[in-house]
Amino acid sequence: MTLRLLLPPLPAIPPVAVPREVRRMVRLTYLTALTTFFGYILLIAFGVLRDLVRKLLDWFKSDDLKGYAPICPPFEDFYTRRIYHRIQDCFGRPIASAADAWIDVVERHSNDNDKTLRRTSNTSRCLNLGSYNYLGFAAGDRYCTPRVVESLKKYASGTCSARADAGTTKLHIELEELVARFVGKPAAITFGMGYVTNSSIIPALVGEEGLIVSDSFNHNSIINGARASGATVQVFRHNSPSHLEEVLREQIVKGQPGAHTPWKKILVIVEGIYSMEGEFCKLPEIVAICKKYKAYVYLDEAHSIGAVGKSGRGVCELLGVDPADVDIMMGTFTKSFGSCGGYIAASEEIIQHLKHGCPAHLYATSMSPPAVQQAISAIKVVLGEDGSNRGAKKLARIRESSNYFRSELKKMGFVVLGDNDSPVMAIMLYNLAKLPAFSRACLRQNVAVVIVGYPATPVLLARARICISASHTREDLIKGLKVISEVGGLVGAKCLPAEPEKAKKMD
Amino acid sequence: MASAVMNMTTAALDWVSVAFDAPLARAVVFGVHIDGHLVVEVLLIAVILFQLTRKSYKPPKKPLTEKEIDDLCEEWVPEPLHPSISEDMKAEPPTLESAAGPHTIIDGKEVVNFASANYLGLIGNEKIIDSCVSSLEKYGVGSCGPRGFYGTIDVHLDCEERIAKFMGTPDSILYSYGISTIFSVIPAFCKKGDIIVADEGVHWGVQNGLHLSRSTIVYFKHNDMKSLENTLEKLTRGNKQAEKIRRYIVVEAVYQNSGQIAPLDEIIQLKEKYHFRVILDESHSFGVLGNSGRGLAEYYGVPVEKIDIITAGMGNALATDGGFCTGSVRVVDHQRLSSSGYVFSASLPPYLASAAISAVNYLEGNPSVLTSLRSNIALLCKGEFCDKLHNAFAGLSDVPGLTIASHPLSPIVFLKLKKSTGSSKGDLELLNNIADRMLKEDSVFIVSTKRSVLDKCRLPVGIRLFVSAGHSESDIQKVSDSLRRVAATTLAEHL
Repeated sequence: MTLRLLLPPLPAIPPVAVPREVRRMVRLTYLTALTTFFGYILLIAFGVLRDLVRKLLDWFKSDDLKGYAPICPPFEDFYTRRIYHRIQDCFGRPIASAADAWIDVVERHSNDNDKTLRRTSNTSRCLNLGSYNYLGFAAGDRYCTPRVVESLKKYASGTCSARADAGTTKLHIELEELVARFVGKPAAITFGMGYVTNSSIIPALVGEEGLIVSDSFNHNSIINGARASGATVQVFRHNSPSHLEEVLREQIVKGQPGAHTPWKKILVIVEGIYSMEGEFCKLPEIVAICKKYKAYVYLDEAHSIGAVGKSGRGVCELLGVDPADVDIMMGTFTKSFGSCGGYIAASEEIIQHLKHGCPAHLYATSMSPPAVQQAISAIKVVLGEDGSNRGAKKLARIRESSNYFRSELKKMGFVVLGDNDSPVMAIMLYNLAKLPAFSRACLRQNVAVVIVGYPATPVLLARARICISASHTREDLIKGLKVISEVGGLVGAKCLPAEPEKAKKMD
Repeated sequence: MASAVMNMTTAALDWVSVAFDAPLARAVVFGVHIDGHLVVEVLLIAVILFQLTRKSYKPPKKPLTEKEIDDLCEEWVPEPLHPSISEDMKAEPPTLESAAGPHTIIDGKEVVNFASANYLGLIGNEKIIDSCVSSLEKYGVGSCGPRGFYGTIDVHLDCEERIAKFMGTPDSILYSYGISTIFSVIPAFCKKGDIIVADEGVHWGVQNGLHLSRSTIVYFKHNDMKSLENTLEKLTRGNKQAEKIRRYIVVEAVYQNSGQIAPLDEIIQLKEKYHFRVILDESHSFGVLGNSGRGLAEYYGVPVEKIDIITAGMGNALATDGGFCTGSVRVVDHQRLSSSGYVFSASLPPYLASAAISAVNYLEGNPSVLTSLRSNIALLCKGEFCDKLHNAFAGLSDVPGLTIASHPLSPIVFLKLKKSTGSSKGDLELLNNIADRMLKEDSVFIVSTKRSVLDKCRLPVGIRLFVSAGHSESDIQKVSDSLRRVAATTLAEHL
């Protein structure tokens, strides 16, 4: 009985099952899975031991909570305290410059074993392979920046009001018309933040008697929006049109839970590029299935708008899908256009309905006018309406750079996820210990990479994610490849056989 | 052989008849002579009644064939994604052609602007614009990444330190959008099984956060401390379990939906008595209430450590965008990994963070701006000002058909109809009419309440005026004269 009081409550076991298709795609062998598992168990065991010691030491300390339950129960943040804090220095690295191809990473040091990190005034210039700067608009641009400064002086930095009150300026109307024209839909509506766009639009479209079928790898904002709507949510296997068809058939026949009345409407939500894998969604097949079963399609193009497609119009252009077949197209201005905010493009009636009833439009502060101007100017550059062909050049450059980088990484023997033409790619590391080793070793050689582990990815599939930008030159990419090859070799991430050097020399 | 069987059957039948007849052969109940066969009949009736009370047996359904599934899918017809669009849904808000200061340009005409929450008059302030320009030239517009992946820029950290220093708390955390602050903070601290007591007049952002937290929510009457006390008493009386789960009270400092101010001193007393934690949303009181603009805690003289979590959107007094949350180190640290609006979203654009720093510096350096704001609000509500021609000016205290429903110190002056039409829709029509006419005829811009279909708040709708420190006395006189005139004619039949 006393032993039970001594032992701290164990953390929740995260789901470790990896579906077969995903295992094949990421080349997860049994040996890798076992060693990764072993690593986790060791870390958890040490964490539990340390918690036990802490509990014993605090046994006789007075309880200063005095009748309140702790604001954060010990098992809820076990992962944060015992596992994440060991590698805290790899995340949240502050920078002291624009998020361009080269950034000034601020050095941090710690006095208490990485529990808290303090900024120093030293910075180191690093190659930036982590920011979402696909078209290179993050830093100043010779067309955009003067116009942004002009709009700042005319409209000030904020409107202090919701769009439905006094927050609509001429710039907002211009941006909405431009976005609708760019994407190929009749009308559009913009919001100040991409996350809020998803969380407040989905409840306005589907209510409690509807069904939402969403891809298993969808982003947190979509999950929150689906939950807030009160509709029933079903998940289909990642990027699997056949499983989507199965789920739709089963659900239409079954109807609503309880009374089995038919569903009022069904909304299928997919993303253009899945940012953790770098692969495109199988849009033509999914749209065909949704047409057959009369479900509505919601496409989230946060990462793909402006970055893929011949003229930058996203996955619809790339995969040959008519925008009229997709009911709702959502996107953000943060990644490719160097601004902030999100938009929804759909038919006139849907946009009218959203303007009347969507909470973000009625209550949330409208987008800051300089950010609106940046989005307008960036889209004009991409369309070529600024009088130059810089937009087309940027699109060609990002396509070439991503394909070059990915093929070189594959040649070196890394397991790389990501489709052709996608500016996002992931290098599989699997093992939790390899993540900080990779990140710190790259930083020492002045390359800034992003590592992701649980809970953003499945437990056994930790990876390093690379985002290519149109502002990376060929020399930058070669330097990045050299450093990654060296560090990857040290860390043991080259799981596949490399292409032999001799074959390359003979060409 | 046959005879042996015959003998056995006769013997058995004899035995059965003896058994049936024997004990009851001599029974006489109520003068009725009972025979053995009555027992059999009674038993049969009992069996039939028993079977009638059992559930009927349904044979298992045969699984549907593929063709049947196809037919069902063919037959099913969904509703359209949008409801039918009526004429009043097509109304567009006015488009501004200049900065949203105390005077702005709409449709080429200059109007007096009482519709922007520009409380300190910082829109168009030179110092803020200069800091934004230098920030834009150094960092560009967007930050291109979430806080965990190279989206943390040194101005964000500076802004967090500045706000914590100004509020007197150990630490603070910055969010990239005002409304997402509160609906990310609440689910980070409240999970399934916790208890939250919230005011029924909280705005949609708070309601969304409460819904996402999946905790047990109990609403109390709007700004009614007696109702709050009764609710707290009911929830904790005799409930031993209540001590082991987290309990919160969620209130706003200045309510967007009514302009009331929450009585913080009473709330703190109740919180300490019943062991609840307080989450306070200070979006419209930060930079407005208190001698130096530090919010509700300073106004009531309550030490800021007593409030567990303070959140605020910076899109009002500070004239930028984004939001912050401040509290103890534990509270702020926890959000850096478990608040979804912080972790999964791109960070605040750096120029807006610089604007926030400049705005806080300005507020700390010029506390006189708060006195101008307070005198403007008092002037608008009560009047008692004699202009050059010695005409008495009554402010909004005697507008026909409308009454002031907000607190005298609230920067949102909320007017509701003295006599409602009976439905929110009818009230809104009248109020929108008043606002449109004031804009067209007198070039004065005010707004009515906006209610989304997803909003659960049932407080009465009304007209909102956002008072700014940048408004002059003539602006205030103009708006009250215009409102009085238009309300008198529009509400004439209704009064």
